[in-house]
Amino acid sequence: MSKQIVSAEAGVFGRLHVADCYQCGKCSAGCPVAEQMDMLPNQLVRLVQMGRFDRALKSEAIWKCVSCMTCSTRCPKSVDCAGVMDALRELAVKQGKASKKRLRTLLFQQAFLDNIRRNGRLREVELIGEFKTRAFLKDSNISLMLSGAMLAPALLKRKKFHLVGERAKDRAVVARIFEKCNRLAGASSANGRPPAASPENGQHR
Amino acid sequence: MARIGVFICWCGENIARNVDVEQAATQVAELPGVACALAYKYMCSDPGQSLIRQKIASEHLTGIVVASCSPHMHLRTFRKAAAAEGLNPYLVEMANIREHCSWVHHDRAEATAKAVELIRMAVAKVRCDHALQPIAIPVTRRALVIGGGVAGIQAALDIADAGYQVVVVEREPSIGGKMAGLSETFPTLDCSQCILTPRMVDVGQHPNITLHTYSEVESVEGYLGNFKVTIRKKARYVDVAKCTGCGQCWNACPSKKTPSAFDYNMGTRTAIYVPFPQAVPARPVIDRNACLHFLKGKCGVCAKKCQAGAINYEDQDTSVVEEVGAVVVATGFQLYQIGKERNGDGTVGYGEYGYGEYPDVIDSLQFERLVSASGPTGGEIRRPSDGQVPKTVVFISCVGSRDNAKGLSYCSKICCMYTAKHTMLYKHKVHDGTAHVFYMDIRAGGKNYDEFVRRAIEQDGAQYHRGRVSKITQENGRLIVRGVDTLVGEPLTVEADLVVLASAMRPADGVEPLAQKLNVGYDENGFLSESHPKLRPVETNAAGVFVCGACQGPKDIPESVAQATAAAGKVLVMFGHEKLAREPEIAKVNETNCAACFTCVRACPYTAIEKAEIRDRKGNLVKRTARVNQGLCMGCGTCVALCPSKSVDIEGFTEQQVYAMLESLE
Repeated sequence: MSKQIVSAEAGVFGRLHVADCYQCGKCSAGCPVAEQMDMLPNQLVRLVQMGRFDRALKSEAIWKCVSCMTCSTRCPKSVDCAGVMDALRELAVKQGKASKKRLRTLLFQQAFLDNIRRNGRLREVELIGEFKTRAFLKDSNISLMLSGAMLAPALLKRKKFHLVGERAKDRAVVARIFEKCNRLAGASSANGRPPAASPENGQHR
Repeated sequence: MARIGVFICWCGENIARNVDVEQAATQVAELPGVACALAYKYMCSDPGQSLIRQKIASEHLTGIVVASCSPHMHLRTFRKAAAAEGLNPYLVEMANIREHCSWVHHDRAEATAKAVELIRMAVAKVRCDHALQPIAIPVTRRALVIGGGVAGIQAALDIADAGYQVVVVEREPSIGGKMAGLSETFPTLDCSQCILTPRMVDVGQHPNITLHTYSEVESVEGYLGNFKVTIRKKARYVDVAKCTGCGQCWNACPSKKTPSAFDYNMGTRTAIYVPFPQAVPARPVIDRNACLHFLKGKCGVCAKKCQAGAINYEDQDTSVVEEVGAVVVATGFQLYQIGKERNGDGTVGYGEYGYGEYPDVIDSLQFERLVSASGPTGGEIRRPSDGQVPKTVVFISCVGSRDNAKGLSYCSKICCMYTAKHTMLYKHKVHDGTAHVFYMDIRAGGKNYDEFVRRAIEQDGAQYHRGRVSKITQENGRLIVRGVDTLVGEPLTVEADLVVLASAMRPADGVEPLAQKLNVGYDENGFLSESHPKLRPVETNAAGVFVCGACQGPKDIPESVAQATAAAGKVLVMFGHEKLAREPEIAKVNETNCAACFTCVRACPYTAIEKAEIRDRKGNLVKRTARVNQGLCMGCGTCVALCPSKSVDIEGFTEQQVYAMLESLE
């Protein structure tokens, strides 16, 4: 592990095997959103190796990552590249480096997870409503509130718009999964461990 | 009365930095039995050795302890020095105060104390030492070479040219190995066949070489200088003595559709076949699994066509026993299996590259056959799926190599060079084509090697992209290669007609069971272990067994040939002696006490202990006992640990000595 990494982050990124990366670029080659990124995944891993968090956290790329895990799956050195993205996002929020717009991503994720916890599965219309309301309450942004509303008729026509939605039968099981994840996330944040491997598993709460 | 001399080495700064050698000398001088103790800057140097010899003479020493580096490094040096002064060399002991002390400790006082303890133990040991004599073993001056590739050919020819008999065993129907299938070779682009086939003919015709092709080593008995090797000759169904190699049979054979292993399944062959026209011996074999006579009980065309009457459908596997004094292992390599998801050999395949799924994704040896003038396309580069000439070819290096996730962490060493060569050969044949190479690093160390790679880039216009490929898909008959150019920092997608994967080099199939038969070690990847990575590069830990070529580690042709000559040289060094001397530090059974339970016989990893009978003059059985074969015993001590009656000991390392060492500790 590169010595430049500040100690608080060393544990997190160390467990993601950042030091093992030899910059082959296979993560960037397979990344479905690499073309949208201002900086490639392999470059972000390199910045973390060098301890240049200032630059890494400024990048838009960490917010473009969709956590598809292709990079981590194909990495020849088993570096958890998707985990690095996750950890960087978390660090950005913690250090207040995430822009307003990016915090909205976080808001969306929270609404998404709450929705699943309540219903056992996703109810899309409810999610959109909840997300927009929360966002509006946070920064009174009207344009976000209304954006995309015009898509509704087209979606209705294609039967993609289910006003009521479904709920899973055994919601208790899902709730238990959430409980367990929260417990793990709580334990790991207490001793400086990284969030559990799967992305966005309630670690923000 | 013991008079022990203790010689403590500074090893320059290596030991003196952390161990107060002068103080250690003062302390050990007080030990009982120590006649003199002194320190010197470089004990292994000429003046250092003279000092030891001088003291042996002037102090009438009965044993010496040298406290310096590991005995692996210099035990022989000091034993030689003692012997030159008339002291039995087995009365020399070493205390390792470098690797075991000064290099691993930083506190000077503690390190000095530990050094004193180590020397004290060595003194206790040398006091119980007694003079030993090296063991002399007769040597059969005849060598066995396993594997008939370029390394095996070179080793066999070198030994045979020196005037000794050589037995070559090759499991394929012809010698030649992987090199026989290559097109042109880097960095000179000379044709592989042109340089190899004359040497193959030399092997076939050499009066000192006995060639067993289509044969495998079944078992190995014996030891250094005296091996008994059983070789199984697989049934060829063709009498090699009668056959003239005229070719009537394979030209007439109606079963023509078997994929040719020599062409890596890029072409086909008949059921009765020679792997390639230049084969040595140029005698065919019948593939039972393809021959209509064996499958359906009819046909027999080859037997009818053969005017020499050489076809023998009743042929059986036979065994021959060859007695040899030395063995050279040159079993070579195979390519890593790219296509399968999990290979069952500890490695994982590349599902994402579509090898085996898309016909136009091939490996590097298949590409060699595509460019080879003797290959299935006659040297024209035509892709397997539709026979079109590919206008864009993507070469991917490090497929399997340096990929821990797939199970292989090492660099295969030759891929950078042959990939550069492939781009050149491609451009020389398809002038308007484009060759793309995805690489991680270019490793072109070697005479004229980097110049060669630069030529591929600068003169032949190969497009080199630094980055790995993530996935290959197929759309409308073209291959979509998703890679990245990390130097630009952009993902890069190339539409290709043909993709060539530079697959990793792995030891050949079956090398592990063979190594077990020969008691040769191998590493986690199956490469055979040399005795010392720098100083004993062709010897193995099994005395009398040598390695060369790619079975020992990834290697190109020049290196394989150089190592083969080195192995042959080592064999000749052995053959230069009437009798071989070996270290006497081996197990010895106290036959009076032995209870003949034979626990040791079952436990010995070298099968060096045999059951023996002691008879009186009239031939009546007095008792049964275990007895150590001095040629086979490696002195590992397993028998000593297991013997319930404590009747076996290692000479120069007896239990008495070990206990004395432990008791000497303070």
